[in-house]
Formats: sequence, C-alpha cells, structure tokens
Amino acid sequence: MVAFDEMRPDGTTVRGPYASYNDWLKAQDAARLAEKASDAEQVFRKTGITFAVYGEAEAAERLIPFDIVPRIISGAEWRRLTQGIEQRVMALNAFLDDIYHRQEILRAGRVPKELIANNEAFQPEMIGVRPPAGVYTHIIGVDIVRTGENEFFVLEDNARTPSGVSYMLENRETMMQLFPELFQSISVRPVENYPQLLRQSLSRVRPEGCRKDTPRVAVLTPGIYNSAYFEHAFLADQMGVELVEGSDLRVVDGRVAMRTTEGYKEIDVLYRRVDDAFLDPMTFRPDSALGVAGIMDVYRAGNITIANAPGTGIADDKAIYSYMPEIIEFYTGRKPLLGNIPTWRCAEKDSLAYVLEHLDELVVKEVHGSGGYGMLVGPAASKREREAFAEKLAARPGNYIAQPTLSLSTCPVLSGAGLAPRHVDLRPFVLVSDKIQIVPGGLTRVALKEGSLVVNSSQGGGTKDTWVLDD
Amino acid sequence: MLLGRTANGLYWMNRYIERAENMARLVDAGLRLSLTRTTTPAEEWASVIVSAGLQADFQTRHDEATVETVSEFLLRDLTNPSSVMASIETARNNGRMVRTALTRETWESLNEAWMAMKRMLARPVDGRELPKVLGAIKRETALIRGAFYGTMLRNEIFDFAQLGTFVERADNTARIIDVKYYVLLPSLSWVGSTLDNYQWESILRSVAAHRSYGWVYEGDYKPTNIADFLILNNRMPRSLAFCYRNIAESLNFLAAEYGPRHGCHDIVETTLGKIKGNTIERIFDIGLHEFLSDFIVENNRLGNEIARDYRFY
Repeated sequence: MVAFDEMRPDGTTVRGPYASYNDWLKAQDAARLAEKASDAEQVFRKTGITFAVYGEAEAAERLIPFDIVPRIISGAEWRRLTQGIEQRVMALNAFLDDIYHRQEILRAGRVPKELIANNEAFQPEMIGVRPPAGVYTHIIGVDIVRTGENEFFVLEDNARTPSGVSYMLENRETMMQLFPELFQSISVRPVENYPQLLRQSLSRVRPEGCRKDTPRVAVLTPGIYNSAYFEHAFLADQMGVELVEGSDLRVVDGRVAMRTTEGYKEIDVLYRRVDDAFLDPMTFRPDSALGVAGIMDVYRAGNITIANAPGTGIADDKAIYSYMPEIIEFYTGRKPLLGNIPTWRCAEKDSLAYVLEHLDELVVKEVHGSGGYGMLVGPAASKREREAFAEKLAARPGNYIAQPTLSLSTCPVLSGAGLAPRHVDLRPFVLVSDKIQIVPGGLTRVALKEGSLVVNSSQGGGTKDTWVLDD
Repeated sequence: MLLGRTANGLYWMNRYIERAENMARLVDAGLRLSLTRTTTPAEEWASVIVSAGLQADFQTRHDEATVETVSEFLLRDLTNPSSVMASIETARNNGRMVRTALTRETWESLNEAWMAMKRMLARPVDGRELPKVLGAIKRETALIRGAFYGTMLRNEIFDFAQLGTFVERADNTARIIDVKYYVLLPSLSWVGSTLDNYQWESILRSVAAHRSYGWVYEGDYKPTNIADFLILNNRMPRSLAFCYRNIAESLNFLAAEYGPRHGCHDIVETTLGKIKGNTIERIFDIGLHEFLSDFIVENNRLGNEIARDYRFY
C-alpha cells in the first residue's frame, strides 16, 4: 500500500501547492534547518506550551513535538473542503435539534432508536431544551484524512470540546518567527484572528434576554492539572475574557455568577471545557467539583449560553458516525460532499464476524474512546495483541466499530536524516453562530514514527503548521 | 474587576517568588559567616534555620545543622514548602493558574526560572558549587522581577501581586531582625568586637543591604543604625517602612478603583502609624523584640484580611 505524498506524489515531481516552498527549501542547508528545529523547541518550552500525559508520573509535562516543514493546501482544495465541512456541521446541529425534540430521523427509521436510547452521550435533560440561537455545537473540530489527489474523508467529528486550536495558532506564530522570509514570498492565509472570531461567535449566541452590548463571556476549565489547560488559558487570554474554574462560580439570583474581588458578577456565555458529566453536580455526576451546582436550571430558563451545549456528544459518537451519510442526506436533502470512511458496526452480527475474521487489516476503535486509547491497529499489532483484542471485542461487541486501515497521505518531516515522509491528518476548526466560519488552516497532526498511522499527541504524534494558500 | 481566585493566585505567586529569593539570601549569609572562622559553623547554620522560621521542621529531618543539611533543606527539599524548589514550584503553579493575567514576558521568566532551578537542584548541591547556585537563584528571581516591573500594566493585577511581594518581604525582614535582635541590643560590654561585626554584616547581607548600608550611614556597623536602616529607612527596599509604604499604596489604588475601603485598609494604616514618625530610640525603649513580634502578628493578620476583603476564597 503506497501512501499519497502531498509534496511529491510520484517521488520526484513537486505538486503545485509546494512549488514555492520547494524553491526556498533547495536554497537551505541542512545545518541551518536543524538549528531552526531546535530553536522551535526552545520557543515552545519557554512559553510553557506543554501538555500533561495522563497516567504518567505526576507533573510530567511534555512538549508536543513540532515539525518545521509546513503542510500546504491549495486555495481550490480548501474551498472544496470547506463546502463539505459546512454541510456536515449544518447537519450535525440539525440532528441534535431533532434528537432532543421530535426525533423525526428515528421515526423515519434512518437511525435506529436503540442507538440513541442506550447511548451514554444522550442527555435526557436536554429533551425539549432549545439553546440560544438554536445552536448546539458551537465549536467543532472535523478530523479529515486524505488518501489521494482528490480523496478526502472525514475520520471523525469532534462536537463536544475539541482541542488543539492553540497549537494551530502557536505553530503559525513560531513559523513566522523562524522563517519570516517564507511569509513574505508565499501568500499564506492568516489564522491569527481565530480568537476574535471565537469571541464574536460566542457573543452572537448570547441568551435572548441579554441586552448588553458586550455579553460577559468566560472560559470554564477543570484547572491547571488538565492536559489542555494551556489551551484554555491561551484562548481566554487571547479573547480577553475570564478563565474560570467551578469553584469560582455559583448560581446567584437565577444567574450563573463568578466570584470577583468586587463580589459576584453574572456570566452570559460560558465556553466550557469540562465534560457534560462534570458540568452540574445536581444534574449529572454528584461528586463533580469541576462544575456549577444548578447551572442546568439556569440554562433551561434561558439565562446562560453553554458552549457547546450539553448532550452534543450524541452527534460525534463513533457509533453514530457510521450513520453520518444518512444524517446529512436527511437534513440537507443532498449527498454528502465529504465522504465517510466505511465502517463496520460490531454490534451487528455479520459485521462482527467479518471484523473478527479480518482483524489483521482493520483498525478497531472503542465507540466512546478518544485520544487513540483503547484502539487496535490491526496491521501493526502482533498476533498476541490481536488475540487479546479479539476476546475483548467478542465480550462487548457493541462497544466497538472497525474501519479499513487507510493509507493516510504523507507529508515530509525534518528527520535526523533529512526530509522523510510521515502520515498526517487535519483538524480544521469550525465556529457556528448564526453563520458558519472556518479559519483557513487547522491542526495538522503527524505520526512521527516511520510508518505509524497513529497521529494522536498522547501516542507520540507531533504537529505541523498548516498553510492554506491565497490563490 | 478580577476573579477572587486570580487575585489569590497573583498574591501567592509573588509571595513564593519572594520567598525563594529570601531563602537563597539566608543560605548565602550563613555561608559567609561559616567561612569567617571566628564562629562555630554549626551554630551559624543553626541560626540560619531559625531565621527561616523552620527550626521544628528541620529537626524532624536532620540531627545536625551543616552546610550540607541546611542547603539540602532550604534549597532542595520538596517536603519543606518554603524551600527554594518548593517555593518556585508553588509560584509557578499559581502563575499557571493566573496565566491570563500575566504578560508573556512575566510568565516566561517565571517558567524559565522554574526550569533552571529544576536543573540546578536536580541533585544535592556540591558545597564547592554553592556560591554559583545561590547566585543563579538570585539572578533568576531578579529576571522575573524585571519582566514583571517592565511589562505589567499598573492595574489591580499589579497591585495584588505587589501585596504578595511586600507582605512576604516584610515578614522575612522582621523575622531576620527578630532572630538576631540580641546582637543589635546595646549592651554594657559592647565594644564592637570583630565577632559582632561579622554578625551585623551577616544580617545586612541576608537582606542584600551590606553595601547600601555603607552609603547611607558612612561608617562602621552600629546596632542602632542597622535597626534603623532595616525598620525605618524609607529608601531601603527591604525595610519594614518601605514594604508598608508599598502595601498602603497598592491598597489605596484598589480602594480608588473599586470604591469601598475594607478592614485591611485600617490594619495597614495602624501599622504604618507605628513606623512613620517613629525613631529607633523609641523602638528600643518599648523593646525591639516586642515591637517586632507585634509587627509579625499584625502583618500576618493583614494578609488574612486582604484575602477576606477581596474574596480570595
């Protein structure tokens, strides 16, 4: 299986989007590039852009490796992608509204009822609740993979609390510091206005009763020990809004308010980066100290916007994912512009049999898992690993889906021995209010180990700056 | 307007940066004294621990005060929350929590200080390297301070951080004088022996004032002058008077910004009243030790009152 290389598909000829970059690259010597790569690491360490890896010794802070070769997308490719993403995001929000109201799609038999009823991500508390401006998922990360010149697929939707946007911004910042000359000669579309767009977008979905010129927005973080804390602080800082923890908030006179040096001040829009289960100990997990007791009552009364809304996980669940083509068609009346990856639902008997039979060529994922944990990459696993996994799979088939091992496209990275191709994916970030906005770029994740297909940062993946050309 | 938790984080971030530096200065002063050969080193190292206010904790871990045990305890020991390493960790954790309130330069200097100290203090400090390590610790905290003063907007964020710095510093200076107050008392047998001279110099050194003392008093070490310098001198940046002038200034800025005055404003006025217009002779008359004990208690009360008035918790 030969992967599509985005710079040199046939091994020699450079593709159009990479032409100018390649000209520049030819003029560089290896020592200077290596030096720049080490400069980049210094920049990241100095600014404290680290992430905590769950399960490692306390206070283990690691850098996500950064590769200095940009991933380049042409303007035309980008336009195609954004059309597909917009369509998908529209469908996701329509699906959520339907699931928590009339459930037409279930009545029409396009998505099985059991899939919703027995799903942990479905929040019965949201039934009949219509969030401000009718938006459920305000910030979405759509993971896209490429397998050929014109083949793009959606790997998964992240409709709960997608992370990684701070890396998109810092990667660009770092590249501009390291290689200012590149940005003078190549016109790369800017991404740095993302925080402003995010703030505007959140302000536009303020509660209906909020008459202020500038609604008070806050970012809710689980705190400094959370693996994405840097990003929470970064976004609050860049937006110029407060970064709050559950212990700062309480319900005062029917509003969610934060404790300040001048008493309690109410919040209009809460960009929360804590999971549903921890949002309100009175509604969800009673042992949660990360949320706000009573916030769901305030929410149902229409006095605060929670972004993303509780219960959006039902739309990005891996079991639901396999129905996305039907979902898109049902709500938009058109075929999906961006394809899904063929998916076997192990809950179905025939599929399970097929998957068990072909474990050595499939990728098997937990339906509710994320971050690359608990998955099996068949071709890369040993016989023993596959056998152990087959047991887990047979015991709880409903817990798994399987997909073919895609030959993800590659991009060159700067390795010890010069440029070498590595597999990549792409997560563009989408903002939804009364309109849909997508910053031209996103987070390119790269599997740094030769041949590896796992790009997750928790599994040794790195990132690259992603350029969308202004052509 | 600021989150109460953010105000709290800023306050403690700066208290712990200040504490890290003060610990390094105490060890530095102890090291000097132990090299003079006119004293018993063990006694001097023990008195460093007393100045740090950590006698009880120290004794549960070490039998003897030596250069090794004291620098281990005051520089590296993470179970001692006031050690340099523990302090800078706490400062950085608070800094991380209030990241959005800090300039990039301030955060980076704090983060870099933490990285540098983690590296320097990864292993027990070799006695021969001690001066170099202490110098590096002081340099790192100076860099944080420089970035902080050079880039931070003079608003409430600045004021809460300032309060942390000066409440901690006032406590530190007061404790150092109090532990050594007996060497400062005029005694009948006082003749200004070499030994006394070393003791006095050590006090001044532990608050980075051995050079500036000479500029101000143009002469020999005299206990009343030293006490005057550290308690009442308005220009000496680690004196009680200087600390309280800054605390009062920050609290007044906060009152101007927010409107109401609180209990903490009354406390600082009272304490300032005992310093302003006072003379060192009068302080010696009431009793230096009594004056200092009272000051330490009130300073502590001020910290608690600030936390309550501005809803830190």
